[in-house]
Amino acid sequence: MTPFKPVLLEAVGVPDGHTIASYASRGGYAPLERALAEKQPSDVIEMVKASGLRGRGGAGFSTGLKWTFLPKDHPGPIYLCINADESEPGTFNNRILMEDDPHQVIEGIILSSYATRASTAYIYLRYEYPRSWHRLQAAIDEAYAAGYLGKNIRGTSFSLDVYLHRGAAAYICGEETGLIESLEGKRAWPRIKPPFPAIEGLFRKPTVVNNIETMACVAQIARRGVDWFKSIGVPADPANPRDPGSYGPKLYCLSGHVEKPGCYEAPLGITARQLIDELGGGVWKGRRAKAVIPGGISMGLMTESELDTPLDFAGPGKVGCLGLGTAAVVVIDDQTSIVDFLHNSCRFFAHESCGQCTPCREGTSWSLRMLERIKAGKGRLRDLDLLLEIGTTMGMMPGSTICGLADGAAWPIKNAIKKFRGEFEDYIKRTNPSGWMVTDPVPALQIVGAH
Amino acid sequence: MPVAIVDGQEIEIGADERLNCIEAARRAGKEIPHYCWHPGLSVVASCRMCLIETGQRDAATGKVTMVPKLVPGCQTPVKDGTVIVTESQLVKDSRARVEEALLIDHPIDCPICDKAGECLLQDYHFEHGQAERRADLHPFTSRKRDVGPTVTLFVDRCIMCTRCVRFTREVSGASELMVVSRGSSEEIDVFPGFPLDNKLAGNVVDLCPVGALGDKDFLYQQRVWFLKREANVCGGCSAGCSIHTEHNQDTVYRLKPRENPHVNTWWMCDDGRYGWHHLHDQSRVLAAGRRREAGKNGHGTPGDAFETIDWADVVTRLRDDLKAAGRLAVAVSPMLTVEEAWMLCAIARSIDPEAFLTLGNVPVIGADETFPGGFTIRAEKCPNRKGAEEVLALYGAGGRSWDDLVAHVAAGKADAAWVTGGYPTPWIDEAEAATFADLRCLVVQDLFESPLMKLATWRLPAAGFAERAGTWVNVAHHAQSFGQAIKPPAGVWPEGRLFWNMLGRRGLYDPVGVRQQIAGSAAPFAALAGDVPATGVDLRVRQLA
Repeated sequence: MTPFKPVLLEAVGVPDGHTIASYASRGGYAPLERALAEKQPSDVIEMVKASGLRGRGGAGFSTGLKWTFLPKDHPGPIYLCINADESEPGTFNNRILMEDDPHQVIEGIILSSYATRASTAYIYLRYEYPRSWHRLQAAIDEAYAAGYLGKNIRGTSFSLDVYLHRGAAAYICGEETGLIESLEGKRAWPRIKPPFPAIEGLFRKPTVVNNIETMACVAQIARRGVDWFKSIGVPADPANPRDPGSYGPKLYCLSGHVEKPGCYEAPLGITARQLIDELGGGVWKGRRAKAVIPGGISMGLMTESELDTPLDFAGPGKVGCLGLGTAAVVVIDDQTSIVDFLHNSCRFFAHESCGQCTPCREGTSWSLRMLERIKAGKGRLRDLDLLLEIGTTMGMMPGSTICGLADGAAWPIKNAIKKFRGEFEDYIKRTNPSGWMVTDPVPALQIVGAH
Repeated sequence: MPVAIVDGQEIEIGADERLNCIEAARRAGKEIPHYCWHPGLSVVASCRMCLIETGQRDAATGKVTMVPKLVPGCQTPVKDGTVIVTESQLVKDSRARVEEALLIDHPIDCPICDKAGECLLQDYHFEHGQAERRADLHPFTSRKRDVGPTVTLFVDRCIMCTRCVRFTREVSGASELMVVSRGSSEEIDVFPGFPLDNKLAGNVVDLCPVGALGDKDFLYQQRVWFLKREANVCGGCSAGCSIHTEHNQDTVYRLKPRENPHVNTWWMCDDGRYGWHHLHDQSRVLAAGRRREAGKNGHGTPGDAFETIDWADVVTRLRDDLKAAGRLAVAVSPMLTVEEAWMLCAIARSIDPEAFLTLGNVPVIGADETFPGGFTIRAEKCPNRKGAEEVLALYGAGGRSWDDLVAHVAAGKADAAWVTGGYPTPWIDEAEAATFADLRCLVVQDLFESPLMKLATWRLPAAGFAERAGTWVNVAHHAQSFGQAIKPPAGVWPEGRLFWNMLGRRGLYDPVGVRQQIAGSAAPFAALAGDVPATGVDLRVRQLA
């Protein structure tokens, strides 16, 4: 693989790279000035549409297309929400961008607001990111002082205020309508759709919700052009009319059992094996990978033999995973129990399920309870089919819940049991030699009290 | 006319109706099970019990295109050509899984739960659930805590439909209830120091589809399957909420609001809800009595001042006494039904053609109280002022109030007075009652002793609201006819029965017959002809038509 010169991560390692002076010296904010002077908002939308940029938050929806869903000639206000509630386990690309190059993000936000005619943008920041909070706020202040934010930006009629809002550390606030509810000061229960946020979002006004990395990409597209962006990545599959292609650079968060974990920028379509071996220095301690999470825990698992899958938006789906997600690649070495992995995953989702929809609320806690019992040496083979069924009802059966996070909770269960069933069966038989074959209801741990 | 197709059956929907799939399916006789959806509250689509399959039939080709996923019936609007499938295997499986999930954290303490017998979780489990429990059993817990002066929360029984939370936000408006914690540990609770204490609080118990919210007034009093229900009207104020009186063996156990889009929608207030206890109060007047003749009363205590008169004798002796006394004045209570008021006026005029008829006392407490959801509790604490006034107008006595009667008596223009009451709370003081002291004959008909009754020549018991049958007209001219829910206590004749007999009618008191007679002879009541629907009729609308 030819080495890729970082673009989004250009400022990493640059002294004071997070300041406006450093950003300007690297050519920052000049594209914004050009766009404000020469382009109409619709031109910016067209530019982003032409670039084929797909949202970096997880779902991979076309950013330009999302913007066109806003009602035409709306009297306003229109809001732009930036999702920086980066809480998918294994994911930290937004944090790097916010800490090391916040102005790149802010330039993207200004360009996107200009394109969508939003005059207010909210950045919903994950609570656990104090450094991002300080750096972003400082950058916003700098941008105000330099006249890139506020009233009549650079003498145009375009005005924009950016507010930095700190969340309170809940996974569900990363769901776009959960984020909107939380911003409104409510419990972050995702909304039923339709209406979609583009029609009725924050404060019941048209709203676009985009990811931090998407904003950085918008800034880079404005600076380097559509052709540059389209020259990177994987073109659309002509055999699949629903595949719009995966263009541009992507930040991959490599963690887990690798020699050199970190956030790596690479063209979309790099294979998991290339990422682990060539950028990450291989699986740690000379071991082999047992499984790899392609893009955050909710995307499922790839086995060692599936590691040559390209990590573009279409790739992980071809090996039975949910998708690329946040491109947070977590490596699990061959000495790690997949039972432990699934237990951890179920614990996370049982803790983070917002509790609104019955299948997810009860399904996540039931699967956790079952995994705890299996780990306590009281597992039964029957539990595996039950777990698969819970996974199916809670998420994969389309339409069974309001938001997509139930899907995310279900996928690790489905992948782990389908791809590593042998290991689960061995574990259950080994830890529960006398009871693994029982199919009766599991008795209560305590005697039911008499009345 | 737009047409929707429910399980292959075509049903018509109004062109401007906004139905969801649950409502449309109901028209086809199909029940789509649901917990969180309620027609009076916002849609959250969170219980996922109403998941169904839908599609769209192309008007031109008749080809049906199905949506490739399950959708919540509560959230999906119905338009022309909407196809609803409520009984496919996928839908059935999904319902069974939701039922199973809901029961994982449920204590299944039905034997000690008040809701058993009218619990949606029970009903749906029998219909859509499965017999085997596959989830790990866990220890029985049934924590309960007070959330307000009238409501107890059984925390573990809750299925998190959030109907109660939405009610306090959208209808009663004080937002006392909320969801705390997250995921499967979430619970309904109140903020410390801010209990569920408003006049609509009792409705959350009706809304609760399971036994999580319990009404302290009803808790452990009666098994619901012993209760019989009668469609009644609340007598608490002039709003006239439609209710069900739920009773067993002539004892009322609770009142429940009865859906009526013209009056109370789905709700009732706690004043009305708990306003039935006076029916079973031991201090009620329980027998007809006449003051002993002077000199015959040897005992001296007020209680013994009256001798009990058999009702058959009351019918004749009362008429004779009033006739002998002379000029008659009659107060027609706004607690009486239209039929009773009409008969009372007829009797009065037959005794004294010049009888002075007025409206009885109209108790007013405070001011009308309107809640954010639009529900109003009226200040007038009587159910039939409009009806009584209309009847009085028929007898040329329109516009006369209780004050006119007091003035009339004070001016010495009456020799006898007949005051009907039926008030559950004290309504007259000693000073006002003293006005009536010098009458030759005073008839007082009421639920409880009062300063006025102490002066009475005739002391007659009255019936409570659930013991009457007839028609009440509420503050908005909406008339509702209702039947008798329970028998009055032994020794009490409801007013209608006494009046019927005093008019010389034969057989049992027939309120429907009287209503037809009024409707046939008096234009303002023409709308009451024939059968009156359970939700009542608007007297003005039919007049215009």
